[in-house]
This record gives sequence, C-alpha cells and structure tokens, in this order.
Amino acid sequence: MSVYSTSQFKNGLKILLDGDPYSIVENQEVKPGKGQAFNRVKIRNLKTGRVIEKTFKSNEKVDAADVMDTEMQYLYSDGEFYHFMDPNSYEQYEASTTAVGDAAKWLKEEDICMVTLWNGVPLTIEPPNFVELVITETDPGVRGDTSGGGSKPATLETGAVVNVPLFVPEGEVIKVDTRTGEYVSRVKK
Amino acid sequence: MSKNKRAHWRFSSPLSVLQQRAFLCAEIRRFFAARQVLEVTTPVLSHHGNTDVHIEMFQTQALLPDHNAAYLRTSPEFFHKRLLASGAGDLFEIARVFRRGERTPLHHPEFTLLEWYRLDFNLADLMQEVVALVQQLLAAFVQPAIKVTTLSYQELFQTVVGLDPFSVSDQALHDRCQAHGYSGAALSRTEAFDFLFACVIQPELSAGQRFTDGLLLHRFPVAMAALAAADPEQPDRCLRFEFLWRGVELANGYQELTDAVEQRARFVADNRLRQAADKAQLPLDEHLLAALDHGLPACSGVALGLERLLMCLLGLDDLDQVTGFIPENS
Repeated sequence: MSVYSTSQFKNGLKILLDGDPYSIVENQEVKPGKGQAFNRVKIRNLKTGRVIEKTFKSNEKVDAADVMDTEMQYLYSDGEFYHFMDPNSYEQYEASTTAVGDAAKWLKEEDICMVTLWNGVPLTIEPPNFVELVITETDPGVRGDTSGGGSKPATLETGAVVNVPLFVPEGEVIKVDTRTGEYVSRVKK
Repeated sequence: MSKNKRAHWRFSSPLSVLQQRAFLCAEIRRFFAARQVLEVTTPVLSHHGNTDVHIEMFQTQALLPDHNAAYLRTSPEFFHKRLLASGAGDLFEIARVFRRGERTPLHHPEFTLLEWYRLDFNLADLMQEVVALVQQLLAAFVQPAIKVTTLSYQELFQTVVGLDPFSVSDQALHDRCQAHGYSGAALSRTEAFDFLFACVIQPELSAGQRFTDGLLLHRFPVAMAALAAADPEQPDRCLRFEFLWRGVELANGYQELTDAVEQRARFVADNRLRQAADKAQLPLDEHLLAALDHGLPACSGVALGLERLLMCLLGLDDLDQVTGFIPENS
C-alpha cells in the first residue's frame, strides 16, 4: 500500500484512516518557533460525508486510499444495484443503493455521472450538475400565465419532485440543477 | 502554467511596502545606534551545520576544494558568539537566513532575522529591551503602544490548558492531547507540549480575547533550551524567552549557555534525535565550541523575525503580503 508524508498533503488527497477513506478538505501546517511542527487537517469521510478534524506530526506517514474519480455512464437499475459503465474501458460497475444515496432521484439512463471508486468499487455517485427530465405529473398549467410568482410541485420521470412555475404543463421537459434541486428552465425540443 | 508564470513576474505587494521596510530597518539602526550596539555582517555560508532537530538546512558545494559540503545559515548565532568571544562588544545584524521546507503564511524558506547580543544582560534585561524596541517601532509607525504581559511557560500552560508542564504525568498529558484532537503517532513529552502550544495556546492568543496583544513568555522546560543556559534556581527550566504578538512568535531569546562541554553534549544529543527521526546528522561547529571553550562573556541574545514584525506593524497576517516576492515566484 502506498503512503503519503504530511508534506504531500493538499486538498483533495485521499487517505485511509481507521479503515475508512477520507478526502483532505483543508490542510494547515503549524510550527512553533523551535519545536515539532504539526499538520492540522479537515478531512471528509467518503463513506459518510462527515467532516472531522485531525492533527498529525509533520513528516508522519499516512496510508493512501485507493480512491479515484471517474466519469461513467449510468446504464440501468435492477432494483438492487445501479449499473454504470466506464465509456473508455467499457468496463461495468455495480453501485449499491448506499453508494448512490440521494443521487438516485436524478439518475437517467445514459447520463454521465462522476463515480468515485474505492478499491475498484463505487463508493459515491455524483449526478451531473444539470439534468433534463420529463414532468410525469403536475397540476394543470395556467396557460398564458408566464408572469412568474407562484409555483407548484411537479413529479419527474425519475421520481424527483421539484417546484416549477405555474405555467409549466405535464409532459414538458425541464432543466433542473441537481445541487440545489431547483427548476432552471423549460427545454425546447 | 507558462501563462501563470508570466502573470506572476510582478512584485505582488503594494510598492509602499518597500518604503515601510526601509523605514523599519532605518528605525532599528537608530534604536541600536542610540544604545551603542554595533552593526555587523557575518558569513551566510559555513562548513558547519545547525543540529536543531526541527530546522532543516540548505546544503551546497564546499567553500574550499578540500572541504565537505557547505551550509546556508539558519541563523547568524554561531558567528555572533565567535565575535563576542573574540572581544567584540554588543552587536546586531539584519541577517538573511534560510530554512528548508518551511512554507506557511508565517514561514518562508528565506527570511530575515534581526539578531542582537548584549553583554552582561540577563534574561529579564533583554526581555525589556525587546519590548522597548517594539514600542519604539510602533510609535514610529504611528501606532498605539501595545499592552504586554509577562508569563512563565508554566503559568501559561496552567492558565490555558489547565496543566502544569513540570508535574503532569505522561498519561494525563497524553489524554489532554487526545482531548484536543491529536490522533497521530505517539508524542514525546516535549512534542506534546509543542502540540498544545501550537494547536491550543497559540489560537487562543491569536483570538485576542483573554490576553494582551504582547506576551513575554519565559522559562521554558530545559528540554527546549537549545542554546540557552539552564535556570540555576530551577534546573528543570531554562533561561529562554519568546515574545509573541497576538500568538505570532516574533522573537526568541536566551541568556546564553557559555559552557562548551554542556553545549557539545546538547549538539551530540540533537544529532542523536536527528538520527532517530531519519534526518541527516550535521557536522558540529567546532569553531563555536572552541570559542565557548576560550570563553564567551556573560550575555543574552535574541533573534526577531523582521518580516513578521513588519507584518504585525502593518496589521497584516500573511508574510506574502509584505515580501512581494514569494517562494513560488522567486
């Protein structure tokens, strides 16, 4: 297993602690005038998303986590696993519902997602920042009312529910920002 | 990348910093001229090393054909002591120094130390002179004087961390470090104190709520003596002080160790620590040891980070803001 010295610490570096993979969010080197230096880091647990603080002696060695971010195409879900494909190698990967988490409600077949692999297994899935999805259910639109003001819930083909302006009808394709879960615009076909 | 390099050719601080720095140096010279302390210039390159386990030297080609490697100084201290033993009186130097691998908002690998030595000064005398210098410089920069508190290392630890560094058990010390979020490899006692100081006490000092802006901290544990004499009244402490400005360490001073035998023992112990930490051992400065053997007059000396001082005087918090040229574009 490869190791990092604290002098290699930088944001985004993936390390292994107590068996869990972490990503460095913030790294601060503190050095008293004539003494031992320390690295104070904020690290995100890639399994739980929790951010914790740790302190290491400078030049201490820390195990590297075999974690890689790869863009992959979402293929389908078989109810138990979500299947992804690396478009370069055509290799397919199964992601558990835990790994997919909240991303599930944005996943549309053929969309390109960011898959984080840990020891070759999908650890987390990030949907594209913007997705285009069909409204499968919403209250009838108020035709001609494009003045804004007022919104209604709309269910999308993937099951996600977003608030849309009153004038947007069922069957319409809309663009949604998956980071905020907010409606962006209608998509003209 | 090349585009980045092109963008960063400029001096990146306001040009007024150049004038402020020149003014600072002029004021420092005025301060010492009034006290008849002589400005000296000593070599940057030396055959000998600094054995301090936490300081790394830059190494370069030998000074003379039949010599081993030369080193860039990490402080002018050894030459200053050789001058003092040669009979030079009170002296100071505005000295460029070099420490490999140091790069944080408060550390550059190349920086400037204002270092000075005063014959027949004890620790308290020199502590007062540091404060006098800082207050005079504040006045010159049209800033109000700062309040300064004097605390022993023991008092500071008792106040902030609630433990006595001279009597706390190893277990209680370990537990306290864990409680403050330390989770790395085992720490020696000295390292544990360094951790509590750097990660608990300094942030508290920087916050500026509980302490005055200036802090004179004195009587460190003897294990942190470096080149300071042990305290004859409390042999587990040493005659070393630091001056901190809102938690930023500005100056580090000693009532100097004048005992050549003791100094050699410390150098050898340092090299042993370096070996244990997988670091290169360094050739002892035999010239310094010979000078101590000949006789170093009773004196105290202190080194003050000039760029840090300028940063504090200007109310800034990152060395990059006052140096204009930074390691990344040097």
